[in-house]
Amino acid sequence: MTTPMVEARAVCKHYAGVEVLKGVDLTVNRGEVTCLIGPSGSGKSTLLRCINHLEKHDAGELLVDGQLVGYEARDGKLYERSDKQICVERSRIGMVFQRFNLFQHLTVLDNVTIGQVKVKNVAPDAAATRARELLARVGLEAKEKNYPSQLSGGQQQRVAIARALAMEPKLMLFDEPTSALDPELVGEVLDVMKDLARSGMTMIVVTHEMGFAREVADTVYFLDRGIIEESGDPRQVLSAPSSERLKNFLSKVL
Amino acid sequence: MTSDGGGAVKVVPVRHVGRWIAGAVMIVVVAMLVHTLLSKVPNGQTSCHTVNGLRTCHNVVNWRFSWNIVFHYFTTSEILHGLLLTVELTILAMIIGIVLGITIAVMRLSPNRLLSSTAWSYTWFFRGTPVYVQLLFWFNISAIYQSMSIGLPFLNVAFLHINTVALFTPFRAALIGLGLNEGAYMSEIARSGLIAVDEGQIEAASSLGMTRGQTLRLVVLPQAMRVIIPPTGNEVISMLKTTSLASAISVVEVLGAAQNIYAANYEVMPLLITASIWYLIITTVLSIGQFYLERHFARGAQRTPPPTPIARLRHDLKGIGSKFRTPRPAMTREVST
Repeated sequence: MTTPMVEARAVCKHYAGVEVLKGVDLTVNRGEVTCLIGPSGSGKSTLLRCINHLEKHDAGELLVDGQLVGYEARDGKLYERSDKQICVERSRIGMVFQRFNLFQHLTVLDNVTIGQVKVKNVAPDAAATRARELLARVGLEAKEKNYPSQLSGGQQQRVAIARALAMEPKLMLFDEPTSALDPELVGEVLDVMKDLARSGMTMIVVTHEMGFAREVADTVYFLDRGIIEESGDPRQVLSAPSSERLKNFLSKVL
Repeated sequence: MTSDGGGAVKVVPVRHVGRWIAGAVMIVVVAMLVHTLLSKVPNGQTSCHTVNGLRTCHNVVNWRFSWNIVFHYFTTSEILHGLLLTVELTILAMIIGIVLGITIAVMRLSPNRLLSSTAWSYTWFFRGTPVYVQLLFWFNISAIYQSMSIGLPFLNVAFLHINTVALFTPFRAALIGLGLNEGAYMSEIARSGLIAVDEGQIEAASSLGMTRGQTLRLVVLPQAMRVIIPPTGNEVISMLKTTSLASAISVVEVLGAAQNIYAANYEVMPLLITASIWYLIITTVLSIGQFYLERHFARGAQRTPPPTPIARLRHDLKGIGSKFRTPRPAMTREVST
C-alpha cells in the first residue's frame, strides 16, 4: 500500500486566540480529487495553506508525500526545516489562489516561465517551450505576450493554473479558484480543472461549486467551525447528508 | 436640420465666461513679465557722436537683467566645469541614496527587530537634522577624527587605517553628506513602494518555491518601482538643486563657479541668473527622462499606456485641424436639404 499524498492528524491552528482548526483529520490518496466545502470561516483555506506551509500549524501532524510539513523528526525531536528546504517543498506543490495573484509586471509567458527558470533552474528556452504547451492546454496560447491586466478573470485564473503546473507539482491546491469570477467565466476554469483531474493529478479544492464537487471529487470533506463534520463519497455526502449542519449548509448553497 | 438620419446634432456649447476672464488676466500677467524681462534702463553714461558736423548725445541703456553678461558667461569653461561637477554630484549622491534607501527600507520591514529599529533610527537621525549642517559636519570631520581605522570596537584590532583629511576632500564630504541624507528620504519612498505590493503576489511567489530574496528581487521590487519612481524623480530634481549647498564647503559646482566669478567682477545678479538657467535646463531634461521611466515601469498596470507628449501634441494638432474642417460638410448638407 502506497503512502497517501496528504495526511493530517489532529491538525490545530489558532490566530491570536481564535481557534481556526480544532483537530482536523484528513487523508488524500494519490491521483484523487478532494473537495473541501463549508461555510466561510470554517477553516478550509487555512487547512489548505497549512499544507504548503504558508501557515504553520500549531499542533498535530501534517504529512505530504510521507514527509512532515515544515519539520523533520530526528531522535524523537522535531527540527524546524530551513527556509531553503521549505522552498523546495513548496516548489513541488502547486497553488491556485482565489484572486489569481499573477505577477502583474510580467507577461503571461513570463508568469509561466519564471518559476521554472528561477526556482528549478530550467534553461529559458526549454521553460518557454513547456510554458507554451501548458498555455495551449488551458486554451491561452494566443495570449502569451499579454499582461495579466489585459485578460479576463477566467483567463487569468487559467494562466495561474498553467503557472502552477509549470513546476511539475505532485499535488495541486486550489483555494476557491472560481469565487472571484463572473458567473459566465466559472465554466472555463472548471473545465481546465476537470481535465487536470482526469489526467490523474492529485488535487485538493476548496470550493463552493457543489456541482463540481459532485462530478469530479473522489472525497468531500465538510468543515464547520474548525472540525470535519462529515466526509466521504460526494454522491452520498451531498445527496444524503447526515448532520444537521451540512443539511443546513447545503440548503443555502444549492 | 434636426433629423436627416444619422447627422450629428448641432450643439451650442456652454460659454465659460469665468474661463475667458481668467485667460485674459493671465495674458496680461505674462505680458507684464515679458516686458520687464526685456526692459532696458539707462546706465548713467551718455554716448555722443558727430554726424554731418552735428554732435548728438544720448543716454546709454542696458538690459535690466544684463542678458548680454548672463549669456557671456553661460558657456565659459568655469561655469561648464562647475556644471559637470553639479551633475556628477547629483548622480553619485542619488545612487548612494537609492541603494541605501532600498536597503534601509528592506531592513525596516524585516522581522528581525534589531534590523528594523536600526533602520528606523537611521531615518530618524538623518531626516531630523538639516542637510546643510550634515555637509558642514562631514567637511569638518577631521577636527574630531585625525585618522580613521576599521576594526573591532573596544578590542584595538584594526584592519584599515586612513588619514581623514586626505579622505574627506570637499567633493567627497559633499557626496557622503548628500548621499547619506538622501538615503533617509529614499528609504521612506522605497518602503511605501514595498508596502504597496499586494500580499497575494508574495504568497504566489512563495508557493512557487521562491526564497525571500528571490521574491523581493523578482516580484516585489519590480512592482514597487511603479510607486517608487515618481517620487524618486522629484528627489533627483530636488537633489540637483540641493547640491548648490556644496558651494558652502568649497566645492566649485555651478553655483560655486558663478560665485567665484561675481566675487571678481561684482556682476552678482547676471551670474545667479546664469546658474539658474542651467538648473532649469537640467531639470527639464530630467523631467522628460522621468516621464519615460514612469511609462516603462507602468507596464502591466494599465491596459493602455498614457500617450507620450509628442503623441499628445500630434493629437491636439489634429484636433485643431479638424475644428476648422468639420463645419464644411455640415454646411454643404444644409445647402443640399
